[in-house]
Amino acid sequence: MSREKILAAVKANQFDHAELPDLEILNSLTASEGALVQQYMAIASAGGSFVYEVANFEAIKTILHKEFKPGVKIISGIKELDDYTFAGNVTDELAHSFADVELTILRSYLGVAENGALWLTETQMNVRVLPFISQHLAVVISKDNLVSTMSQAYAKIGHTDYGYGAFIAGPSKTADIEQSLVIGAHGPRSLSVFILT
Amino acid sequence: MSNVIEKSHAELAAAFNKDEPRVDWHDETLWWVRAKRDIAAHKLPEWELLRETASQIKNNVLSNLSEYLELFEANAIKNGVVVHWAADAAEHNRIIHQLLQERGINRMVKSKSMLTEECHLNEYLKDQGVDVIDSDLGERIVQLAGEPPSHIVLPCIHKKKEEIGDIFHEHLGSAKGESDPKILTETARQHLREVFLTRRAALTGVNFAVAETGEFVICTNEGNADMGAHLAEIHIASMGIEKIIPARKHLGVFLRLLTRSATGQPITTYSSHFKKPQQGREVHIVIVDNGRSLQLGREDFRNSLKCIRCGACMNTCPVYRKSGGHSYHTAIAGPIGSILAPNLDMKKYADLPFASTLCGSCSNVCPVKIDIHDQLYKWRQVIVKEGYSPTAKTIAMQAMAFTLSSPALYRSGGKIARLTFKYAPFAVNNQLNPWYKHREMPKAPQESFGEWYSKRKEGKN
Repeated sequence: MSREKILAAVKANQFDHAELPDLEILNSLTASEGALVQQYMAIASAGGSFVYEVANFEAIKTILHKEFKPGVKIISGIKELDDYTFAGNVTDELAHSFADVELTILRSYLGVAENGALWLTETQMNVRVLPFISQHLAVVISKDNLVSTMSQAYAKIGHTDYGYGAFIAGPSKTADIEQSLVIGAHGPRSLSVFILT
Repeated sequence: MSNVIEKSHAELAAAFNKDEPRVDWHDETLWWVRAKRDIAAHKLPEWELLRETASQIKNNVLSNLSEYLELFEANAIKNGVVVHWAADAAEHNRIIHQLLQERGINRMVKSKSMLTEECHLNEYLKDQGVDVIDSDLGERIVQLAGEPPSHIVLPCIHKKKEEIGDIFHEHLGSAKGESDPKILTETARQHLREVFLTRRAALTGVNFAVAETGEFVICTNEGNADMGAHLAEIHIASMGIEKIIPARKHLGVFLRLLTRSATGQPITTYSSHFKKPQQGREVHIVIVDNGRSLQLGREDFRNSLKCIRCGACMNTCPVYRKSGGHSYHTAIAGPIGSILAPNLDMKKYADLPFASTLCGSCSNVCPVKIDIHDQLYKWRQVIVKEGYSPTAKTIAMQAMAFTLSSPALYRSGGKIARLTFKYAPFAVNNQLNPWYKHREMPKAPQESFGEWYSKRKEGKN
């Protein structure tokens, strides 16, 4: 069987034990209590996201009502934003049925200032394909959920169990044609991030 | 495919070099990407420590690889994933075909996987009557053009937008003469959306496989891996044995390095962690050796297995930038490809370690600190010793060794060479001598240092 053959070949050829490096120094170098909101906003905007600092859910509603006309299909995974189809109620539907969703609004509890990435697991997505298949995506995060770098992010994720999780750092994009950046490859054409302060 | 007569890197590069403005454009585009990498790297004061840490983590992985592979397998199975093992490319392709055949599937969508390029999966499946569509925009473009990718991160970096416009006009029905990247990308979006929604099987690569949790991570900017995988009934992920990392927390090191090194972005748009299948769906992982365990046993070359496929060594390489990815005639081009390929077939890829100036820039930008240029130099020695070096080079080396072994021959040889340069330059400066391509030799001196030195001594006496 190939499994045994491969493992035996690897075992025979792997060299003497090399220790894992200590990550503590790196982590301590990058931990920052500084202006995470400002850093996040600058970097996420540079990556093509629209970032809003908002005081409450009412403010988010106002912005969304202005940006998205009534009549389009919008799914919300956030209880407070209840003008729309609640994501928790559509989890049994076939993934393909979300092909015509214009906007999906989801919650994130972990954002990374150094790269603008937002961590969402299947629990917040409700359906895995939702944040990808929607024409537009909006994510709500509290300012207290921002960390400085990926080191701190994985420290927070720790040993959490999930079926699927993703860091999402902007709208879907490509630069495959002559290196010119085009927003809206296969996934959302825009990402709006609402930071609750 | 295999009946095509293989051309060497030098011959393929010569063909690429015929269009000088295009070479300049190719060179400048890649250097621009390299410059973006520098800006991103210089923003992190801890960059060098990050590289060193990543390199050490990979050291630990390579020294415990069999244990980590078993741990990864056990955890993946616990997560409900089916794990397959393939000793070589043929077995990898057979496993995937069988998975599709058992489910009556003859159409598949595939996101970027250099491993499947290495295994020539698309050609194999086509022969079995399975239609594969590549969903990464760059890969879709080269697929429609009937070409392999020329760069591991930027698959169609060698193509001009006008050429892409022509390809899209022919295959996807875009307007004739349309070459606006925005409009062409939108055309591909519409075309591929239809593909994502209708394919029952999706194949993806793997960027990192976490032994501790059994999950695997895929990085894309387009979201194509996720669109394919989340909509399909069966998701097949192909990974080389070297993709393992020990624990989840190590992703915090590698994800900080990967995209900064590749394109200068702080991270890819999507870093997707696949752990368990969706309700009622299947996830299969195919773990592939295909020569990697052999490379692990080559002490001088095992470090090449640390590679995380960022492409930084290609973007910085003066030879790659001016010869194009296709001149390497292997799935992974550039400096890293040139140290990986001879492990697979020393005879076929004997030319690649010589396709370098040994300037060392590749080693300097490598995020996992692979000693690429040292390995290129070492491969040259192995290849010559094993008798695989090109005939002309072998004869020249033998003549040189013979001449250098005899002081008398060396002296008369030098004299003859100087006379030749002076009175009969056409004897060496002709098309038969590759040294004279794009090069003029310096004027030969009247006398050698040896001659001058002995005259000077005589004069003193």
